[in-house]
Amino acid sequence: MTLFRASIGAALIAALLFLTVPILAIFLDTSPGQLLDSLGDPSARDALLLSLQTTTLALAIILVVGTPAAYQLATRRFRGRSVVLTLVELPLVLPPAVAGIGLLAALGPRGLFGGALAGAHVDLVLQKAGVVVALVFVAAPFYLRQAVAAFSAVDPSVVQASRTLGASEAVTLARVVIPSAVSGLAAGTALAWGRALGEFGATLMFAGSFRGITQTVPLGIYDRFSDDFPGALALSAVLVLVSAALLLSVKLLGGGRGLAAR
Amino acid sequence: MGSLRVEAEVELGTFGLDLALDVEPGHCLAVAGPSGAGKSTLLRIAAGLLRPRTGRVSCGDTVWLDTARGVDVAPERRGCGYVFQDYALFEHLRVWQNVGYALPRRERRARAAPLLERFGLTALAEQRPATLSGGERQRVALARALARRPSVLLLDEPLSALDARTRAGATRELAALLREAEVPCLLVTHDFTEAAMLGDEVAVVDAGRLVQRGTPAALSAAPGSAFVADFTGAVVLRGVARPRAQGLTIVDLDGGGQVTSTDAAEGAVAASVYPWDIAIEPAGAGHTGSARNRLLAEVASVTAVGGRVRLGLLAGQPLAAEVSEAAALELGLTPGTRVAATWKATATRLIPG
Repeated sequence: MTLFRASIGAALIAALLFLTVPILAIFLDTSPGQLLDSLGDPSARDALLLSLQTTTLALAIILVVGTPAAYQLATRRFRGRSVVLTLVELPLVLPPAVAGIGLLAALGPRGLFGGALAGAHVDLVLQKAGVVVALVFVAAPFYLRQAVAAFSAVDPSVVQASRTLGASEAVTLARVVIPSAVSGLAAGTALAWGRALGEFGATLMFAGSFRGITQTVPLGIYDRFSDDFPGALALSAVLVLVSAALLLSVKLLGGGRGLAAR
Repeated sequence: MGSLRVEAEVELGTFGLDLALDVEPGHCLAVAGPSGAGKSTLLRIAAGLLRPRTGRVSCGDTVWLDTARGVDVAPERRGCGYVFQDYALFEHLRVWQNVGYALPRRERRARAAPLLERFGLTALAEQRPATLSGGERQRVALARALARRPSVLLLDEPLSALDARTRAGATRELAALLREAEVPCLLVTHDFTEAAMLGDEVAVVDAGRLVQRGTPAALSAAPGSAFVADFTGAVVLRGVARPRAQGLTIVDLDGGGQVTSTDAAEGAVAASVYPWDIAIEPAGAGHTGSARNRLLAEVASVTAVGGRVRLGLLAGQPLAAEVSEAAALELGLTPGTRVAATWKATATRLIPG
């Protein structure tokens, strides 16, 4: 074995250990009994329910608005397209605290649109709706990026074939483009959902951490971590299981259809 | 049923496309030219997939595009049957769903069935395109394009995605389909032999311009330029082949006469020979030398193309030969001269079809 082979092998093992040991540790430190106990705790159940509700709603918004937007970005050549692409990806590299400040500056009571929102009796800050806004803001770029790539990879002649066969652009999108891009769209959904489930900083700053109203699972874990470390561990284990299950099912769903499409 | 007329001007990178073509119902015009000559662009303009800077496209009395009057009918409302170069099948749909794509949802399965039957796809109806061979994919693409009873048929290199073995059969089937078609058919190909076998007429296009249009035989016999003379390549003679001893095949030509080839074949064939492989001698001379093929012919046309002379010959079927200017002068070749055209069996290719 050459030195080169040995060193790339060692690098892979190091990466694998470093990335999996903390996740394994959560389960090794939590007994199944503790896991069940923590699920029995009403505040933990509230947090879990809230996380599922808000991430589902955020994902629905991202899919409904993001899919046509990504299609537009992938298929139309217009002036300033690369600028638009960079702008929608910007939240990817934004530190969560900055995202929270930004949301407050834009939609907070004293923000740019604070007056307009108050006039329309829309209250976001410290509200469940605020959690959804924060989740959409941080998670949408993950979906958009994947969706643009997936739509760009669809063979243009297949789209044209659909048009010559009597299907309008909208019908073609539904019957050909989305089914052809489904595995990429599923991967984007999984990434965005994962990001939304783990969202912490922007939610904390924009929506706060109130039990039953805005305290999602990551905020609940942080809440416990100073005085109830085992409780925090147990809730973490639940979050890992829930995210893994969600991501796996989305990937399998899209991957299965994608496989059939191939 | 109306004629298809396409006139278009469009910028294409290094050159501009400037073409006007028309095709009558029941006819097939094969647009042939080298790669990048703007052939596919013409089809895309006809189908409404590309809007030219200026142009007019009409089918019968219906105007699909008129840039001067601001008319531009969407592709889905033009009713073009389009066969794409790589067939562009919907990989996520089954064969029957591909064929029935253009049909209303409720009638899809029922109305796809006779098309599947006609194209020999019934047994493959539940398969997905990825599992099909090249020839099967081509038949799916044809069936799909015909399902909506299109008012024109547009075919982009319909045989180029096929391997040589499949191509012979597919050419025969496609030629039969085009003969039966009652609508105008516009086909583009980079291969003149293919154009000659599928088109009633061939339009040779180079760098976005129409160079010459005519029947395949007329183009071979009297090319308008050296480009057309080179591009037309081989002359195609149709006949029926039967094997003979010593590795030779005899072809009884439709319309009389026989040619010999070293290619093996049996049944209906197209025998091809390059005009520059054909030698001309006075009709009275005896048969000498190694050339096994000798057809008596009458010179129909004499066309000078850049230092050489293309002879259009009538010998049962139209034939073309190419000789030097000096030879043409020495033999006194003018229309009406009786000559013998000779060439070697080894210069005769046989294509099943």
